Amino acid sequence: MGLGSGTFHENYAQDMAIFPTKLHWGVLAAFLILLFVCPLFASDRILTLLTMMGIAVISAHGLNILTGYCDQISIGHAGFMAVGGYTSAILCAKLGLPFWVTLPCGALAAGIAGLIFGLPSLKIKGFYLIMATIAAHFIIIWTIIQLRSVTGGVDGLSVPSPAIGGLMLGTKTNYFYLVMIIVCVATLLAKNIVRTRAGRAFIAIRDNDLAAEVMGISLWSYKLQAFFIGCVYAGVAGALLIHYFSFASTDQFPFMDSVWYLGMLIVGGMGSVTGAVFGAVALRLLDELVTMAGPVLSAAVAPQAAASLALMSHGLVIIIFLIFEPRGLYHRWEMIKAYFRLWPFSHQGSE
Amino acid sequence: MNFFLQLVVTGLAQGMIYALIAIGFVIILKCSEVFNIAQGHFVLIGGYLGYTFLVPFGLPIWAALGLAIVTATFMGLAIERLTLRPLLGEPVLAVVMVTIALASLLGGLATLLWGGEYKPYHGLLPTITLKIGAISVPSESLIGLIVSVICMVLLMLLFRYTKIGLAMRATAEDLQVVQSLGIKATTVYAVSWVIACIVGVIGGILLGGVSGAHIALADIGLKAFAVVLLGGLNSIGGAILAGIILGMLENVAAGYLDPLLPGGGLAQVFPFIVMIIVLIFRPYGLFGLVRIERI
Repeated sequence: MGLGSGTFHENYAQDMAIFPTKLHWGVLAAFLILLFVCPLFASDRILTLLTMMGIAVISAHGLNILTGYCDQISIGHAGFMAVGGYTSAILCAKLGLPFWVTLPCGALAAGIAGLIFGLPSLKIKGFYLIMATIAAHFIIIWTIIQLRSVTGGVDGLSVPSPAIGGLMLGTKTNYFYLVMIIVCVATLLAKNIVRTRAGRAFIAIRDNDLAAEVMGISLWSYKLQAFFIGCVYAGVAGALLIHYFSFASTDQFPFMDSVWYLGMLIVGGMGSVTGAVFGAVALRLLDELVTMAGPVLSAAVAPQAAASLALMSHGLVIIIFLIFEPRGLYHRWEMIKAYFRLWPFSHQGSE
Repeated sequence: MNFFLQLVVTGLAQGMIYALIAIGFVIILKCSEVFNIAQGHFVLIGGYLGYTFLVPFGLPIWAALGLAIVTATFMGLAIERLTLRPLLGEPVLAVVMVTIALASLLGGLATLLWGGEYKPYHGLLPTITLKIGAISVPSESLIGLIVSVICMVLLMLLFRYTKIGLAMRATAEDLQVVQSLGIKATTVYAVSWVIACIVGVIGGILLGGVSGAHIALADIGLKAFAVVLLGGLNSIGGAILAGIILGMLENVAAGYLDPLLPGGGLAQVFPFIVMIIVLIFRPYGLFGLVRIERI
């Protein structure tokens, strides 16, 4: 599907390729080059924005595998990010372990937390699971605040700025490169995970769990795998977020963030790796626009207008997407691509 | 012993308000199978409406309550027509997300209109003091208790004797039968949202009278979920009982355990612990419909 005329798949490898044509490779290379030369001309502010987008993309990938592919709705994603972030921060600050050790440890811790809170998913689904994951978020944050001696409680925890070997990652540019490399790896991994045996099992569970079980897919094992993978992604994102600020605080993981990660999937397109990227970028851009418009509005309307706009814009965007474009930006993007590919004949033959 | 009884009585009054709010949730769920995450934000709007009508407008309490109910009616109608009706028949996630988005929208609206500030209107509600033995029942709690009970009785009468109430019960039972009998399901949905808004707003005014109107009022919605889960998702009676149980447990637990824990704040996380326990051991709650799924 989606191939221009004159392009044929002649063997299995070609059919399975993520980038099937030279044009795809070219676009990818151009995009990567553009991304990695960004710090040469972009301002600090844009670099920060891109880094934040990158972190959101990683987290959204995790949620996409969990919710978009396996249909285990989780509104506790920020909580799992907090587990990963805090584990990494504590190992780094209290034990003095290097960054390249703490990051995987954080990811693993988040994955284990995901396994624990994923356990109820074996018995419950739909709304019950939503409530269980909401509860997971609040219980995680409460536990972090209670363990004051280790986590610093409400005061937060300072973390030494990260370094790998002799390479200091404290500067915005270096950190940008780190995040972007991880984003590329995470995206590639996500794209491939959903094509493996596990990924196909996730999709089968999403489409019809009963049929999947009958076909011999172990729901118990694959649902937990989905939770583990999704939360490992969240853990990496949380660790990157905390190390970026060199400070860990529960305020970095508010409950509404858990909701907005789901919002990213809805805006971008549920169950598509590209969609997760689109959604994360789109909502972070919206955030940035709101931050820019905030002071203007505050001066023009009322001092609280900025805070209000942030809440209302997110709510409105999600409502509008759900009602008018439930398949998200990704679907729109595919339609635009199809339009140009098929021009001037606007109909595509059925697959 | 007195300390314990005091906690129980305060918990009872608080629990009744939780139950009232939870009823709004259950009604929407039963009639239209929508999980309304925004229920807590109706409470928030209610708290601020109470402040607006009582303090800047200086209205007497009955007029304030009446005006708030009228506002809630329009709010409910608008919400149902604009956001929920286009999504009829969509999967759970879409519907839940739209109510979450709605919650955020209402939160933003409250921030815009009232500045997100703490607005107390303590002591504006009429004062009645009641002393039973050594326990004194706070006047706000007593009023909360009375108004909640009145609302519940009114709702019971509505469901038992009015045409629309019967239609709502029938819809909850079997949508197809109701439609073939010529009852408009959309009207039923709209009325269920109006009722949910009204009970939310009344709950908000009652809670606002105790603690003042502030943004954190919306968190009551999360407690209402715990109540609903404990009571069983589709049982109004269960919601009332669970509300009382949770209110009491929360007060007693906070009263005895908070001094032992360094950070305190057990009352905030308590509903979630109850929620997880209920979800693991008895997902259909105390009185909910047991759905048998063997996977």
